[in-house]
This record gives sequence, structure tokens and C-alpha cells, in this order.
Amino acid sequence: MAMAKATITGTGMSDIGRNTHRPAMHHLAEATERALARAGLTLADIDGLCTYPGKADNSPGMSPLGTGEVRGALGLQTRWHCAVPDGPAQMAPIMVAAMAVMTGQARHVLCFRALTESSSQGVGRRASVAGAGKAQIGGWLSWLVPVGAMSAANWAGWMATRYFHEFGMTRDHLGMVATGQRAFALANPAAVMRKPLTLEDYHAARMISDPLGLFDCDVPIDGAAVVIVSAADAAADCRLPPLRIEAMGSALRSSESWDQRPDLTTMGAHDAAADLWARTDFKPGNADVLALYDGFSIFVPLWLEALGFCGHGEAKDFITAGNIGPGGRFPVNTGGGQLSGGRLHGFGLLHEACLQLWGEADGRQVADARTAVCGMGGGFIAGAMLLNRD
Amino acid sequence: MRPLPELTAESSAFWTGGERGDLMIAFCDACARAIHPPQVVCPTCLSRSVTARAVAGTGTVYTCTVNHQPWVPDMQVPFAIAVVDVDGAPGIRVTAPVTGGDPAAVRIGQRMAIRFEPADGVWLPLWHRLGHDPDGEGA
Ligand SMILES: [Zn+2]
Repeated sequence: MAMAKATITGTGMSDIGRNTHRPAMHHLAEATERALARAGLTLADIDGLCTYPGKADNSPGMSPLGTGEVRGALGLQTRWHCAVPDGPAQMAPIMVAAMAVMTGQARHVLCFRALTESSSQGVGRRASVAGAGKAQIGGWLSWLVPVGAMSAANWAGWMATRYFHEFGMTRDHLGMVATGQRAFALANPAAVMRKPLTLEDYHAARMISDPLGLFDCDVPIDGAAVVIVSAADAAADCRLPPLRIEAMGSALRSSESWDQRPDLTTMGAHDAAADLWARTDFKPGNADVLALYDGFSIFVPLWLEALGFCGHGEAKDFITAGNIGPGGRFPVNTGGGQLSGGRLHGFGLLHEACLQLWGEADGRQVADARTAVCGMGGGFIAGAMLLNRD
Repeated sequence: MRPLPELTAESSAFWTGGERGDLMIAFCDACARAIHPPQVVCPTCLSRSVTARAVAGTGTVYTCTVNHQPWVPDMQVPFAIAVVDVDGAPGIRVTAPVTGGDPAAVRIGQRMAIRFEPADGVWLPLWHRLGHDPDGEGA
């Protein structure tokens, strides 16, 4: 007998910003209150807790909160809790929580992500540089950082260089991703970047790691987001229509590496996306909104191809045709994404997709959005999810 | 200050081979598969007999980027970082900064040669364009 699928019943995001100097726990409490209100639940209903990656100090402000202190601060009495440092990263806590509620370990799991990278950068500690300040580094980062590739911008830059070379994409196409998402952000009061961005502005900005410039990189922020994953029967008690997790994909067919994947015009995304579609009768054409990881703009075309919205090498034409921006057939990151909304490591993108499916994306609502396709992660990190509202 | 790699059973040969000028790549003794990053088990046949051997130290640029952002204090920018398909080690890439000439002149498909710089007990690889002065200026 097939188990009833897990659902998302509430999401919430704190007031995110730059250099807020608010404690991460304040952001998390605010996001939790908002998610509970949206779900029509109280803290007493929450019996599970899950996060990615757990408390971590591999770069400043990247993950200041673990499950232990969150259980304490929110006064949670849980039947199940877990932090997921490996796996499909940003998507992992949602996926693991879904499996937890489907197997009866909990009924309502609070999944969270909190970051204070902006404040950490503001006090003179460099954000977004793995291992900075350490004398020695191990694991997969040891093949990158000591040879000068200190930032994910370098790793994504390699992918963009190769992709440009093979398929004739140019910075104009990535500029369309950045300016399109900024146009969405102008309609989203919660986004951090709310000045209009033109293609001229995009090209005039300084280079970070060629061919990626400043506006190809997402924005470090302080903030938190919460996603409540609920068992199907428990979802009936909630205020909003449940968003069914129709399918998940987290396959990975290459090694834990940013430079050894045989074809660097593809990512783990391609493996996870294939797995997603193998588990559902839905097709890309059923999608109303897309949430695609945009830590760097180049990930968006790669995710579009991974998920089959266009063929390999065709994303530049797909983007040029106006598919992904405001008014497009497959709008991507309608809240502005991480490029313009701020880096909440996928949770912000997922929150926005859920708002769309609940009809709560004021000012940027996609008419009668019922199905969202979400792809999180870059490089060898990837998880895909399909959400549906009946 | 850039962190240096931890030396492990897997990785020591790679990070110290530069003392002799050698690019050391791990190969499976049983099935001859090249393994990088190095491992002590062959992922093809699970053999525990894996040996690092010197390869020619040349290769072809698979992809590259020019880093313009000083991520840590004292980082000299811009510089190119190349991901190079290594001659004699099928399927293996070695990633390293590129020295000599204009970083913007590094291109996919260019032939490269390696050398090493010592750094506190390890030898970090550096690529340069084959036939170009690795310490040269200009294009
Ligand atoms: Zn073998």
C-alpha cells in the first residue's frame, strides 16, 4: 500500500536584511511565528525538528543554529529531531522530514535555516569563504581552497566558462536572469535588493570570477526561514490547503567534487531531476512556478536543462524567449531569488514557491498557480521536489 | 593566508611529489584506473592496492576562470585558475592557478605544464602555458 504523501502546511520568513546585528535566534523565532500563523498551528503542535546543516562554522554566519539550541529556545518537546549536513543539502531537511511524517515519527516537523552571513561579514570576518582563517583544510575543499579557488564563485565560474564555450551562451543571457529576478524583487517588499537593475548596470558591475560578475552572485543576508512539513492526515487540521510533496529526487551519479564531473555543463541537478520525474506522472509542462537555486546565475540555466524545461544547450534561447521572467510561461524565483532577495540557502526560494501555491504572493502572484517545481543546490549538491495543491 | 591541505594517507603523495617536480596521480594496481582526488580504495574494483605514480605533468585546459575578488587579505588579483585534463591519467583533472602572462589569455584547449611551489611542508601545483615563460609578464 502506498503511504500518503507528506505535505507542506506553513512557511515563514523573518524580516531579512543586511547587517541586522540581530541574533540568529530572533530571526528564527520570527520566521517560526509566521509559519505557525500561516499553518494555523501552535508550537505545541510541533513534534519534529530538522535542519541543514546543523550548527557549523565552516564559514562565518553560515549556520549559527543547531537543533539543540533551537529546541531549547522554542521550548519544543519533540518526538523526532535531526540535522542533515550531507545529502541534498538545502532540500535535505525537507526530504528527511517528509520521510519522518510518512513513517509516523512525527506529525508536524519544523524545518529551519538561519544565516547571519551579512553581520558576520560586517564585523570584518569574510563570509562565503570556506576554511578562511584555518591553517589546514581537509575533505573536498582541500582540492579547491589551497589552489586558490577559495570561493564557490570560482567553481561556478568554471562551469560558466565551459558552458559558454560549448553552447555560445554569453553574459547577456546571465544578465537576463539577474535583471529578470530583480524585476520580480521590485514587487516583493521582503526582498533585500529593491533598486531597478538594467542590463547596462549588470555589465558595468565589477567582475568577481570571470565570466561571473557582481550581479551573478547571490547576496549574503541575515535571516531565517521555516517550512512546516506535516503528515497528510495532520494537514487536514491546518488553515491553508496542504501542498502535497508529489515527488522528490536526490540522485547523484558523480563524485563529491566541483571539478571532476565528466561534463561540467551538467551538475548533480541533472541526476536529481531525472530521479524526480521518474517518480511522478507530472511533466515539466505541468509546472506553474519554478524555484531554482541561484547562488550564482549560471545555476538557473543548468537547472532549467536538468529539469527538462529545455534541451541541453538550449537554455540561452529559452531565457531569451522570455519564459522565466515576469509574465513568462515558467516564472523562476518570483520573489527575486537569492540574487535579489538574499541567500537563505534555498529555503527562501521554497517559501516563495509555497506562497505562490497558496495565492499569497501579493503583487507578483502567478494566476491559479497549483504546481511548483523546485531544484536546490549547485555543483555536486542537488535535490529536486515537486509540490502540488489539489 | 590561504589554508594548506591536510596530509592524509590518500593525499600525501600528491601534495609532496612537487618536491621532486613530480605530478603524482593515484592508480589502481589491479585495474589501472586513475583516481583523483586520490583514494586508498579503487572505486571501480575495490582493490586496496593503489599506488601514486608520476605522470608527465602536462595537460589540456578543460575550463578556467579569472578570479578578480581578493577573498582574503593580501590576495593578489587577478589570476587565472585552470581545470586541466591530465596527460596519462584518463578522466582526471588537476586544478591549479596559472602563472606567466595575462590571466585573461588562458583558454579552453590550451596545452599546459605544471610546476610546484613549496609552502610549509607541501608543494602546491601551478600551471603555465606550455612553451610560455612561467614567470613571464604580458600576453
Ligand atoms: Zn581498480
